[in-house]
This record gives sequence, C-alpha cells and structure tokens, in this order.
Amino acid sequence: MKHIDAAAHTRGESQYVDDMPQPADLLFAAVFSAPVAHGKILQLDIKEALSMDGIIAIYSAKDIPGENQIGPIIQDETLLAEDKVHFIGEPVALVVAKTGELAQKALKKIKLEIEELPVVTDPREAFANGQIIGNSRTFALGDIEGAWNICDVVVEGRCDIAGQEHVYLETQRARAVPLEDRCFRIHSSTQSPYAVQKSSAKILGLSHHKIEVDVQRLGGGFGGKEDQATPWACLVALAAWHTKKSVELVLPRHQDMEMTGKRHPYSSDFKIGLTKNGKILAYEVKHYQNSGATADLSTAVMERTLFHSTNSYFIPNVKIFAACCRTNLPPNTAFRGFGGPQGMFVIESAIAKAAEKLGMSPLEIQYKNLLQENDVLPYGQHVHDARSRKTWDEANKSYKFPAIQKRIAKYNETHFETKKGLAVMPICFGISFTSTFLNQAGALVHVYTDGSVSVSTGGIEMGQGLNTNLAKIAAKAFGINQERVKIESTNTTRIANMSASAASATTDLNGNATLIAVGQILDRLKSLAAKELGLSHKEKIVIENENVLFDGKATGWTWGKLIQTAYLNRVSLSAHGFYATPGIWFDRDKEKGHPFAYHVFGTAILEVTVDCLRGIYDINSVKMVHDLGRPINELVDRGQIEGGLAQGLGWMTLEELKFDEKGKYLSNSLATYKLPDVYFMPDVLEVKLLERIDNPSGPYGAKAVGEPPLMYGIGVFFAIRNAMRAFRPEIEFLFDSPLTPEKVLMQLHADWLDDLTNGRTVTSGKAVKAKKEKVEES
Amino acid sequence: MPIHFWLNSHEVTTKEPAGRLVLDYLRQTERLVGTKEGCKEGDCGACMVLIGELAGNQVAYKPVTSCLMPVGELHGKHLVTIEGLNLEKLTPVQQAIVDEGGSQCGFCTPGIVVSLTGYLMQPWARGDKDGFKYALGGNLCRCTGYASLLRAGSRLGKQFGNGAAGNGKKAQNSIESLIKLNVLPDYFQTIPERLKRIPSFEQKNDKAKPETFVAGGTDIYVQRGEDLPDLKVEVLNLLPELKGISLKNGKLHVGALTTFEEFAVDPEIKKVIPEMPEYNLLNASWQIRNRATLGGNIVNASPIGDMTALLLALECDLILKSGNKQRTVPMKSFFKGYKVLNKKPSEILTEIIFPVPDKKTKIHFEKVSKRKTLDIASVNSAIKVRVEKGAIQTIEMSMGGVAPIPFFMNKTCEYLKDKPVNRQTVLDVLSVAMNEISPISDIRGSAEYKRLLVRQFIIGHFTRLYPEYLTVREFYETH
Ligand SMILES: Cc1cc2nc3c(=O)[nH]c(=O)nc-3n(C[C@H](O)[C@H](O)[C@H](O)COP(=O)(O)OP(=O)(O)OC[C@H]3O[C@@H](n4cnc5c(N)ncnc54)[C@H](O)[C@@H]3O)c2cc1C
Ligand code: FES
Ligand code: FES
Repeated sequence: MKHIDAAAHTRGESQYVDDMPQPADLLFAAVFSAPVAHGKILQLDIKEALSMDGIIAIYSAKDIPGENQIGPIIQDETLLAEDKVHFIGEPVALVVAKTGELAQKALKKIKLEIEELPVVTDPREAFANGQIIGNSRTFALGDIEGAWNICDVVVEGRCDIAGQEHVYLETQRARAVPLEDRCFRIHSSTQSPYAVQKSSAKILGLSHHKIEVDVQRLGGGFGGKEDQATPWACLVALAAWHTKKSVELVLPRHQDMEMTGKRHPYSSDFKIGLTKNGKILAYEVKHYQNSGATADLSTAVMERTLFHSTNSYFIPNVKIFAACCRTNLPPNTAFRGFGGPQGMFVIESAIAKAAEKLGMSPLEIQYKNLLQENDVLPYGQHVHDARSRKTWDEANKSYKFPAIQKRIAKYNETHFETKKGLAVMPICFGISFTSTFLNQAGALVHVYTDGSVSVSTGGIEMGQGLNTNLAKIAAKAFGINQERVKIESTNTTRIANMSASAASATTDLNGNATLIAVGQILDRLKSLAAKELGLSHKEKIVIENENVLFDGKATGWTWGKLIQTAYLNRVSLSAHGFYATPGIWFDRDKEKGHPFAYHVFGTAILEVTVDCLRGIYDINSVKMVHDLGRPINELVDRGQIEGGLAQGLGWMTLEELKFDEKGKYLSNSLATYKLPDVYFMPDVLEVKLLERIDNPSGPYGAKAVGEPPLMYGIGVFFAIRNAMRAFRPEIEFLFDSPLTPEKVLMQLHADWLDDLTNGRTVTSGKAVKAKKEKVEES
Repeated sequence: MPIHFWLNSHEVTTKEPAGRLVLDYLRQTERLVGTKEGCKEGDCGACMVLIGELAGNQVAYKPVTSCLMPVGELHGKHLVTIEGLNLEKLTPVQQAIVDEGGSQCGFCTPGIVVSLTGYLMQPWARGDKDGFKYALGGNLCRCTGYASLLRAGSRLGKQFGNGAAGNGKKAQNSIESLIKLNVLPDYFQTIPERLKRIPSFEQKNDKAKPETFVAGGTDIYVQRGEDLPDLKVEVLNLLPELKGISLKNGKLHVGALTTFEEFAVDPEIKKVIPEMPEYNLLNASWQIRNRATLGGNIVNASPIGDMTALLLALECDLILKSGNKQRTVPMKSFFKGYKVLNKKPSEILTEIIFPVPDKKTKIHFEKVSKRKTLDIASVNSAIKVRVEKGAIQTIEMSMGGVAPIPFFMNKTCEYLKDKPVNRQTVLDVLSVAMNEISPISDIRGSAEYKRLLVRQFIIGHFTRLYPEYLTVREFYETH
C-alpha cells in the first residue's frame, strides 16, 4: 500500500491552503513585526503605508474585538503587540491589500518608534536574573548525594545544544472566509485545528462554534505548526472580521524564519559517577532551556526533557533539574522529539566523557547500563517489554560492531589527513502526550448506501502518512477494499476538541478512535445480518473481502447487499468513536506516575570520515535496528525513520541558528541556514525492523514512529568527535552542537590560532578553543 | 514587443513586465499552482520548471528555478511546469516516486518530478546513484531524507539509464523515445516547429536606458527581487553572442553569459582544468548552475564567488563594452573595493580571456562551506603554479572570503616565487598571507576561522599538487 496522497503529490494536484481556487473577493495580508528584540512601543505610524494604492486596511492590537491573547498553556502571548515588544519578529500590525506584493511593500512604509530595553539571549543569564517561565522542576530517583561517595570515578561537564529551524517546505499560511451570521471558516496549515478555533474565537470575542477550521493537509509540520500556526490563522480571521472579505496570509520564507520559534536550545551541566567497570551509579543534570520570549509549549517541552534525560539507561541514583528561561528570542516551540533529544544528548555526552576518563569504549558503558525488563525510570514508570538490549544485540549481530571498530582502527592507523569515527546510539522514547488529558481522540465514520465509506478524525495529514494508515485501518476493520474508503479533511465541525497531531501518537489515537467507530457500525450490521439471515450467533459473522461470512462460510451476502439492507431497515450507518488511552497518569506534585502507554526502542550505529585538514566530513553510514511493533504500513514507517534520521543528523551538524547579541536572527534564509541535501545523507542507510511483536496499545499492534528515529542522529555528533580524537587524542573537545565544519576545524587546530591572529586586531566572534581542563576525580 | 512563448501545450503572448518572476507569473496570473514557492532564493527547488530552447532542429531542456527567472527571458522558449508533464496515468518518474514512498507532505514533490524528468532528457544522463544525486542537487526535501527518492532514481536508472545501474543500456533520452516511454506527453514533439515560428526578440530602439542588467538572475533576484518587476531591465540572455567558449591563439575566450554548467563540461576547459567536474559539484546545484553565469559571478563581485576565485588565479582579461566602445581590464585590477568595480554602469562584460597554461603548470581549487554542496563558501581559493626542480617558478593564488573583494594574494605570490616547495616555505609564507588578508566575522564563519582556513588551504594546495615534496603529516609531527 502506497502513500494515499502520493500520486496527486507527484502530479502537483494536491492542494495546500493557497492552491485552493480563490474566492473573487480574496484579499492578501502581510505582517509587520518588531524590529528590535526588547522595547517599549512609543508610536506606530501607519499613515504613509495606508495611503498607498491597493492597501485596504492596517490593523493593530487596538483593532482586536475580543481578547488579545493566544498563549496555549500560560496566557502570556498577545496576537499583536500592545505596549511592549519582546523579540524581533513579534507581530505588531497586519496589512491587508489587494495583492500580496502590495501588502509586502506597505510593510516598508510602516514606522515604529521604540524605546529599547536590555536584551537577553542566553538562558543562563535569564535564569540568573530570575526570568523563568512556570516553575523549575526536579525528577529524582534513589539517593544522589549518598551515591557520589561509592563511585570510582565522577566526571562533570557542560553541554550547549543548539535549536533547530523546522523548515517545513510549506511556510505558515491561512485563509479565512466569512460565512453568514458572523461565522468564519478558516483554512489553516495547522497541526492543531482546535487551537486555531479556540484562539481565533477568543480574538474575535465569539464562541467556538462560530469558527470552523478546516485542514486538508500540511506541507510539513514537524511540530512547527502545533502551536505556531495559530497566530496567522487568527490574523486572517481578524482581517476577515473587519473587511467582511476572504483574506489570505502566506509568510515568505524569511518572515517565517524570523517570526516563528524553533527547537529549544539548551545549556546543561552534568555530573556522572561510575564504578571502574563502567556501571553508572549516579547522574545529575541541570537543564537551562532557552524558551524564548513567551511560554508557548516550553513547559511541556521541558517536561519531556525531564522524562528522557536518562535515555535508554537504568541509573539507580538520579537528579534532573530543568527550568524554562525567558529570553528575547522568538518563542521556541514543539519540534519532533519535543525536548527529548536534548535530554538524551546530555547523557550521551556524560557517557562519552566518562569513557574518556576511564579509558574505556563508550559502547561498553552504554551496553552495560541499558534498560532491562521492569527497570524503574526516574519518573516512576517501570519499563515493560524493554527492547533496548534486544535492538542493540540485533544491531551488533547484523552489523558486527567489533568488525567495524577494527576496520576503523586500521583506517586511522594508515591514514593521517582523514580519520574515521564511530558511535552507537540507542534510543528509548515514551509514547503518549505527557499531559494525560490530551490523550483522547474522536472519529466520525459514515457508510453511504453505495457502500463507500467516509472517515473523519481529529488527526492531521502532514506527510507522515496518517491518512494512509487510517484508510488501511478502516478498510481492514470493515473487511472491505481500501478504494471504498475516503479520508476527509480535518474539520472542527465534524470532530470537536481534538488534540494536536503530535507526540507521535496521532495514528495510535485516531486509529483507535476509528476502530471504535467502525466497531459500532459493524455491530449494528451484524445484528441486522443475523436477524435477516436467521442466524443466532452474530459474533460468528465476519466480513472478509467484501463478503459476509458466517462461521467462516459464505452467506451469499456481499458488502453492497448488507449496506442496502441496513439502509432499508433504517439502521444507522454512521458512528462517532471516542478513544482515551487507558492506564496512563502522572502526578506532578510527586513527579511520579505512568505517563506513557509504552516506549519505542532502537539502536543505530553511525560511521563518519573527517577531513582533518579542512574540518569537513562525510557521514558514511547509518545502520539501525528499530522497533515498530507490527507496522501498519512499512513503506510509510520507513519514510518516517529515514526522514526523522535526516533531521537528527542535520540538527547535530549543519543546522546552525545564528542570532547576534541584539537578538537579530542572522540565519534567516535557506541560503544561510543549511539543512541536509541529497549529497549530505549517507550512502549507506540500513533500517532493520525488530521482529514483529504486537504492541497492545497501538491499532493492530503497531508502534508510534514519528519522533524516535530523529534521535539516532545524535550519534553523528559523537562519531565526528571520535574521529577528531583520533587526529588529536590529547584534546578534550567540547559538547557544543551543532558540530559544524567551523567548530571541527577550530577545535582541531586551536593551537595554531594564536600564531595566525597574533598582533592583529581580530573583529568580533569568539574563538572556540578546545579546553584542556582537568577532569575532576574522586 | 510582447513576450511570446509556449507554456506547456499553449501559446502565450503577454505584456507582463520583463522583470517579473516566472514563479509569480505562474502561480498568480496563470494560477498553475503545481509549481510551489519554498524560499524564493533558488535554494529549495520547489519552484522547478523546465526551460526548452531551440538548438538547431531540436529543443534542449533544462530544469531551472522559476523563482529567479525573469518572464522577459521566456521569449521564444518552451516553459514546462508540472501540469505540462502530466499524462492521464502517472509517468514512470511519478510512479517510481509513489512506489518508493518518495513523497510525504508532497510540497517538494512537483519540483522533484520536474528535476528528474529534466535529468532523463539529458543526453549525458547516467543511471547510477551519483547521477540521481546530481539530478536532485537543487531540490530540498525536509520529509524523506532522500533515501526513498534515490531508490526511485535507481528504479529509473534501471529502466532508462546507461550507467552502472542501467544494465549497460544506452540512455533513451531523445524526446521521441521519452514520449514513447510515457515520460513526456506527445505535444513535446511539436514544440521545435512551434518555437521556430516565433519571431526573434527585437531590442526596441527605445532611448530609455536599462536600469539594470539581468543575466542568470541568481544573484540579482535574491538581492532585489521585489524591485525588479518595476524596473526597466535588460535581459542579457536574449543576446546569444555573449555565450560560448573558443580557443584562439593560445587563449581561451569565454563569453560572459556562459553558465557554470556550460563552463564545467566544456572539453577545452576540461583540458586546462582536469578537475573541473569535481570543483563544479561544490558550486551551487545543477539547476542553479544552469542559470548562473560567469559574467554575473564576476560583476556581482561577491568576495566569495567561486568562479571568480578560480578565474582570478588564471590571469584573465575582461572585455567591457558599452555601445561601440570596448576596453580590456585585467581581472586583477577589476575589483576596487566592496562591490566597487572598474566598470561603468552602462558597460556590459562580454568576454573573459585567459592564456592556456603550459603542460607543467598545475591548477587547484579549494572550497570549504558548511554544507559541502549547494552552499556559499566560508573561504575558497585557487592556485596556478609551476614548479621545476622543486622550486616555484610562477605562481598565482586567489583567496575568497578574506577581504572586501575577491582577493588576489599578491604578496604571498611574490614571496613564494623561486622558493622551494617544503614545509619551511609554507610556514614562512603564512605570516605574509596573514598580513595580506583582512577577513571579518559573518554568517559564513568567524574571522579566526577564515584565517585558519587560509592556512589549511595553502597547505592543501601544495600537498595536493606536490605530494612528492610535501605531506600534511609534516605540519603536525612537531606537535
Ligand atoms: C541557490 C544559489 C546557490 C548559489 N551558489 C553559488 C556557489 O556555490 N558559488 C558561487 O560563486 N555563487 C553561487 N551563487 C551565486 C550566483 O549564482 C552566482 O554569483 C552567479 O554567477 C551569478 O550570475 P547570474 O548570471 O545569475 O547573475 P545576475 O544575478 O543575473 O547578475 C548579477 C549582477 O551582475 C550584473 N551582470 C550580470 N551579467 C553581467 C554582464 N555580462 N555585464 C554586466 N553586468 C552583468 C547584473 O546586473 C547584476 O548586478 C548561488 C546562488 C544561488 C541562488
Ligand atoms: S522557491 Fe525555492 S528554489 Fe525557487
Ligand atoms: S515530501 Fe515534504 S518536503 Fe519533500
């Protein structure tokens, strides 16, 4: 089964928001945003812009009829700035014009007088100033203070982990259409239609049912449209409210990059204690999350960092601290992995440093401490069906780690200018929204009298293959051909109060809801068939290949006949199914519970070659063993694994967010922000699926797949670092991501820099020098 | 004169401003929305179209980014969008992508179909993995990680290719055979005759001077894309005499409108710079190289232009022309300051001329960028050097990204002349080089990093060209 949309995609016939036929009255909007990162608004002058030909209106905060508030968790975010601005790119005014070009031109004529205030971009500085969002939190297990004393070796260090731009190829966009009776339909490129509905209703002072949100598909989301699609939808709703016309807003790439948040950068301190045999006894970490200017989803992202700070390892004594630090950067937001990857990067760094200290292979430490059945995680959940060792062993068996290690050692002995490095990256990722209440979903299923089926859910198709999965689930459950099933757009009038499509759980939740709705209709159909056919045991009726069977034998009834008969007998052919993940809970006072329905496991081995003269590198191979349970659609899932990996590799290497000290975003285009291209990806990319074992929580035994594979990419940082160590074993390299060619070269040859720059005035930019600090020993 | 061209299977005459972008024209005026906008800077390929141009009795097609191409240049050409490639059933290119799961969110997909189709139309197309990487070099996909797309490529390679994966089959890339194989709709067959009927564009004798020239548009649209539709632009690509490479009296004459791609595959150039195909891969993408011209690279005067850095080490002369007046400027004295040139606004760069080096002379180019392909250099450098009996006889060396202009390393070259090729010479010349350059910190790297790269490149040049005299190891053994 192929991706259900793929054929239309290849023909360029799939419609995104602005591809839909344009209403004759359509107007176009553009966003004027803050030019400085922190300041008081003294005056907004729109006179000249407004006088331009083709400009219809310009709106600012005072034109909002309802409440100027769109914060999703904490109410600290305005749609349009009122008296202060908090980051460069914060929306201040909305221009509405006859064409998009005119709207963009008018932006240049708007003047904003601002009294500048001090700018903070560093999370540690914000923390020191007491600028934190929500409360800091601590997860603890065992007795950390007591544990340090029994460790043979204790190592401390610091990680600086960069954020990441989503670069969904389709930038943020929305179109609002006024309906009768002051109602509005919004076509939005959002992962969260209900968030759009709620917020735009609030902005307009309307009740939720006056806003209909419809989403056909997204040209990529990756978390960047979970919460941050909302403002653009609210803005077109605002403009449609005033103009009584349809209004469309498409952010040009630069503006999208400047105005929207990214993956959260973290700065973290770690301390790890081990026996001399490499058993980890204690781990303490402090995470300072760079949250940006408003809360957005930061507190939830931070929570997942807490959950994943020990990755795939059992550690008996743990203390994990985290705080959301408020800075003058665009509000950072959800991004595939949702805080988990940052937590994992730090523990992997700690292990790498400990391995160097112990003179042991990091693989040995990793393996020794992998989770085993029933091990307890720092948040109190015991691991069930632990597959960390299983995936590691399977990877070792398939790919032969010792042979690779030997080959690499040999290569490094015989090559000087280039060095190879290897790393193994195990992952363990919890599935479920960590806010338990979000783990609910609805599905609406209709069967029409010709036997065709319509399925609506609250899930969003953003390329991840949700619709392909849903069609397969519905067809399989009904026992009919998949051609009969159509997956509808996601629409708030058909499904109410949906959670965002996120947390890798979209197929789990919406697939299960679909199964429940289908089950209801099937149950009615079977009762009817039993009655009409004079059969006593309706549970012995099944539909297979569009035929009604009783006790495995044909009854002569087809799907078509069954549906016709049901209709004539006035049996309802529609149902709404509702699913809530069972058995999950979390107590935020105690910071203990069972937040995840299950975990996804996997192991990857990565190999790189570094050109040590030039600081550039090639990723030669990534080989994975991944746990998918019993996949619904292997082609779709492989796509998620390969695509997720690419984003992880990019995050660790090329994808560098650059802000200057005034909070100005310098890498605001695809010319300056580089993501993996076809040449960047490794030539050898192998995915092996763990033997198919049913996952009791997923539809038809499947496991979630969206986020976890991204975290294999973390391994590339350590593989490159290991190659660097092969060239200069005496240097202690930093845990500073992304590991760009610049950082590689500067660290490899830091000692030459003084010669090269001596006696010359060197313009700004700090030299990244490898520290030769002594590690503390106990 | 209206702009007259073929759009898919329709004839179009339009009075659109010449400087308007093809992408905007397609999406807004024609509402052909299969062509997507992902960046409007040539970096993502979502806007990919094919441009067909008469070459004798045939039409030659190449994929280009419609977000950097002026409508004015369409005159007499065939513009093909995804809509113009669709047949009733999926084409083999589309089918391969579907079968391999090469489309997820789908936003990049039409552009990828266009690139792959355009690739299969090339007489030199190869059926192996490297071939399909080449084909997709200008397309970003954020969803798939490319593996499924390369698998789709390898399927196509097996069907059509002639490379390693193509079972030794000869490429079936004539338009005719591609139509038979359902890769292209059959209206393609009629296009050569149709284009021949379009009268060539008359540069009107209007007195108004052009406000700016556009060559490939790959710099000017990135820098001033919003202004150009409102300006009077002169589309240089309508002047075919500015193209072509020829050898005259031991000198190579390169038309200023020669594209990166044309330069790199030219047999004369390959004789002089054997590694050119490799260097070519480091510069932009196939799709951008199909547009980017040498003249544009030089006149744009970015301190980090790659072809500029290469040419600067080749002792080039530049021919500038305004009306009937023509003069020659040595390239080394063309750059006066940051984007300040020894050129009048009305002058067009018509030709680049350089001597064919003798057999003993070697040429080498180095470039480091954050991403190895389709990225602007942090520093680049070219060297042309002749060593006899271990001593440097002549040397020309450029460095990009280390000064406000594309920089010729005058003092460094002077110092190196007559010196032996060894470790001490290189170490000694570093201080000369460091005194000569003045890099600044910017998005491409810190000033220190650029200094370090200059050191590494000087080592790199000599160790690559003269491994018999010098190895990288010698620079680290004393550590
Ligand atoms: C995605 C992308 C990737 C790129 N990658 C690279 C790269 O790797 N390396 C690199 O060096 N560059 C790169 N570039 C930059 C650009 O492609 C080159 O500089 C190219 O050579 C510019 O040529 P053009 O013909 O497109 O110039 P245009 O944009 O058409 O013109 C540039 C300027 O030169 C003037 N001009 C052009 N031709 C003439 C002439 N004959 N006489 C007088 N004036 C003239 C124009 O008026 C304009 O001011 C890239 C650009 C993009 C968009
Ligand atoms: S829109 Fe990205 S290359 Fe044209
Ligand atoms: S499929 Fe989404 S960007 Fe390629």
